[in-house]
Amino acid sequence: MTRDSSALEIAPENAPVATATATYDLEKIRADFPILAQLVYGKPLVYLDNGASAQKPRQVIDAMSEAYEIYYSNVHRGVHWTSQHSTEVFEAGRGKVAAFLNAFSENEIIFTRGATEAINLIAASWGRKNLEAGDEVIISHMEHHSNIVPWQIVRQEKGIELKVVPIDDDGNFLMAEYEKMLSPRTKMVAVTHVSNALGTIVPVDDVIRLAHEQGALVLLDGCQAVPHMAVDVQALDVDFYVFSGHKLYGPTGIGVLWGREDLLNAMPPYQSGGDMIASVTFEKTTFKKAPHRFEAGTPAITEAIGLGAAVDYVGAIGLDNISAHEEGILQYATERLSKVEGLRIIGTALEKASIISFNMEGVHPHDLGTFVDRQGVAVRVGHHCAQPVMERYDVAATARASFGLYNTREEIDVLIDAINSTKEFFG
Amino acid sequence: MFDDLRDLYQEVILDHGKSPRNFRRPNDATCLAHGNNPVCGDMLVVYITLDDDGLILDAAFQGQGCAISMASASMMTEILKGKTSEEARRLFGGFHDMCINEDFDPAGLADCDEDAVDRLRMLSGVREFPIRVKCATLAWHTMQAAVNGEKEISTELDTPL
Repeated sequence: MTRDSSALEIAPENAPVATATATYDLEKIRADFPILAQLVYGKPLVYLDNGASAQKPRQVIDAMSEAYEIYYSNVHRGVHWTSQHSTEVFEAGRGKVAAFLNAFSENEIIFTRGATEAINLIAASWGRKNLEAGDEVIISHMEHHSNIVPWQIVRQEKGIELKVVPIDDDGNFLMAEYEKMLSPRTKMVAVTHVSNALGTIVPVDDVIRLAHEQGALVLLDGCQAVPHMAVDVQALDVDFYVFSGHKLYGPTGIGVLWGREDLLNAMPPYQSGGDMIASVTFEKTTFKKAPHRFEAGTPAITEAIGLGAAVDYVGAIGLDNISAHEEGILQYATERLSKVEGLRIIGTALEKASIISFNMEGVHPHDLGTFVDRQGVAVRVGHHCAQPVMERYDVAATARASFGLYNTREEIDVLIDAINSTKEFFG
Repeated sequence: MFDDLRDLYQEVILDHGKSPRNFRRPNDATCLAHGNNPVCGDMLVVYITLDDDGLILDAAFQGQGCAISMASASMMTEILKGKTSEEARRLFGGFHDMCINEDFDPAGLADCDEDAVDRLRMLSGVREFPIRVKCATLAWHTMQAAVNGEKEISTELDTPL
């Protein structure tokens, strides 16, 4: 991965100090992930499906077990010790996420079920209030379905225009085309930070600057970015940023919507009920401010605590160190895969995160997936919830290897051997 | 290589997967249906030519998918020719059963063409790969839809926005 974006180089002030030259203790890191010691079909698990969901370190598992075993209770409502303690650790999780993104304030961190819910929240709450017929929302050709469909639903309801920034054959975001699409009618630009299907790192600094020149807001889908690179929402000068906890080595069922506090407090509630109200009478209800306005009902308490532990975990290793390690793995894997005859890498953008989609001549991705699985190698096959990307490359599906902070070169060798033996079988 | 992989990916299946039979669009087809497995991206169209008595005069398909879905579609078109739509329905029922049940009951296929049953048995190795059962049965689901006069089937339901 190469990065020319200066904004991304700025680490959060309170992030653990780590230099890219520090030794990356891969063995120690791998030992933190109990599942990596598992055998599948008698072979060591080679987990290369991190783009779908990452494995969990002992630190996350322990933090969640500890919560259940020692101090679990509902939050924000009890006078008893367990509730107070749960509330403290739950809210500390919010604080950790705020620091992780270098948010202005903890009040800007809204816990959701995941990035999907976060985008739905913005489309439904901000979108319904602020968009009307004739307004335009811009997305890109490489969005995950979760950043396409919510806007289509708003389109259906409000009669807005949905514009799609094209990509070139390598999977680069076409900035010049984007610039042409922007106009005073553009109200929102909702794009992925890193493409889940292609690995492309979108030059978001320019995307944001150009959008703001037209007075449009920018939402970044950071699902595939936060596990791989330091993200600083202040330096980015972005308006909304979302990600899912489970791709960041945290639990499922928890995700984050970060938004500028003034924007959030001007937005109507998404769901309503307990914990999000200031007062309720049968005549009139007033709502709390963000984040609680958007967290109706009992939240995913233990999951938020687990996410806090995950953020601590990657923070301690250092996102810059993780980036450097994964860049090495990406380069090595790209080099080795490129040498496999008949293998085509789909997504060769200038700047990439550690995701490689590929197809093998004469072997359908599903057959390939089934064969490498028997060698213990977990890769994703299918359309990766990005059917427009598949259509763009005229393929029904691809195989995708996505790397995380614990993957090794030896694992890439196992993948290559598994691909070669599959290829041989299908002759 | 693993035995269960060899059991599933036999020479015959690989051959049908690579060079599918009846991979064409017949002009005289009386019914067709689109089969779609959006999870995998497998897509095919099955064409059936029925006579007035419900006899299958021709069966063909077009589309794309993995070796298993292509082989299954190819073998199905060969098997179906000369069968009645009622026999086709029973073969599908039996095939579906053997793809998911370790101890499926062959009684349901008692009066069916033995050669057809033997050939379907080859694909039943898919049982060891539950996620791939949809690949093996997509063509049959699609054929059933075509014969029943449905235009489209999907392993997932869809309502366009």
